[in-house]
Amino acid sequence: MTDTPLFQYTLRLADNALVLGHRLSEWVGHAAVIEEDLAFGNMGLDLIGQARALYTYAGEVEGQGRDQDALAYLRDANDYRNILLVEQPNGDFAVTMVRQLFYAAFAYPYFEALTRSKDATLSAIAAKAAKEMAYHLRHSAEWVIRMGDGTDESHARAQAALEELWPYVGEMFEIDQIERALIEAGVAVDPASVRAIWDKTIDDVLAEATLTRPQDGYMQSGGRVGRHSEHLGYILADLQFLQRAYPGATW
Amino acid sequence: MKAVAAVRIAAANAAERGRAWAAAASVADPEIPVLSIADLGVLRSVDIDEHGAVEATITPTYSGCPAMNMIAVEIEMALEKAGFKSPKVTTVLSPAWTTDWMTDEGKAKLKAYGIAPPEKKAGRRALFGEEHVTCPHCGSTDTVVISEFGSTACKSLWRCKACAEPFDYFKCI
Repeated sequence: MTDTPLFQYTLRLADNALVLGHRLSEWVGHAAVIEEDLAFGNMGLDLIGQARALYTYAGEVEGQGRDQDALAYLRDANDYRNILLVEQPNGDFAVTMVRQLFYAAFAYPYFEALTRSKDATLSAIAAKAAKEMAYHLRHSAEWVIRMGDGTDESHARAQAALEELWPYVGEMFEIDQIERALIEAGVAVDPASVRAIWDKTIDDVLAEATLTRPQDGYMQSGGRVGRHSEHLGYILADLQFLQRAYPGATW
Repeated sequence: MKAVAAVRIAAANAAERGRAWAAAASVADPEIPVLSIADLGVLRSVDIDEHGAVEATITPTYSGCPAMNMIAVEIEMALEKAGFKSPKVTTVLSPAWTTDWMTDEGKAKLKAYGIAPPEKKAGRRALFGEEHVTCPHCGSTDTVVISEFGSTACKSLWRCKACAEPFDYFKCI
């Protein structure tokens, strides 16, 4: 098995996209208004599309014959490398939108920087993803402002969502051995380089939303090395059911 | 003599390539049937190698665009119908598709179909600046966005305050 840093890194990017894309797809048919139902479907598709391209590349890098389906459907929870933020339950509309804002405010500048990667495939995938994440950012920021600066109820829920998800933002900016070497080689992006942009985006949105930025406290971590919250198992039970029950099924 | 033959072969090749391009370019976008994939800028190139094998190259508008598989199959069918055996369709991501590649003819067709065409050059300003979109029905610029996401990934949903009609806007990316 050629378990290289590049394989692990690509897998992390792919797993973030797939798990968040799946979470958004759970809203389809359940959103309060048709426009948001469509928006969730579209954002989910963007993310799953990014995941497909990244898994395909991860499979090529690994060189063991695994394709996008094998990587998405035939790995168990502790082989998944996504950050914990993206697997958190949808909660109410505020939780989903705050989670989307946190991720998009990170992913947009991150993928923009990744377009300058020395790895041509990652650079190409990032160029598409950056444009898509810009729309996710605009959409989620608009909703967080509308909720925060809305009724007492929507304000309270938006503030509660911020508090609930804040312990998961630290993991986005972590670096370990796997990434350090790739950052030095000009392949991966140093997440610290987008921290200031993320902070400014969040502060600007929260100020307009009349919401309060939560205090930094203990930050949850572990998803990127396979230590997940219990939620991921339930996501995979749903996502992988068909391939587990009917191995190799196609249509 | 050799040079003349080479020129003749090159000319014949160019003609064949033109014919292959025309066949592939005739494929319509499955979601917006008034647009061909050439109007959209999704069809990047059509090449014929020295053995006569045809390869069409396409690029997705969005990473998750579900129409890509269907477009690839339809290109293969169109090329086979035009007499090209076992055509190949390759998807490339780089350079990333942009609305700037949409032809003027494509934009005019979109508008006639009731979809507002992308108005600006793509870029940061198009993504984060204020957008002023013209209603494809009555031409008013007094319009308001309803949702950043419409019936497909490439469109957002707008409403015209002058004629009260809702409409799709093809987003600048």
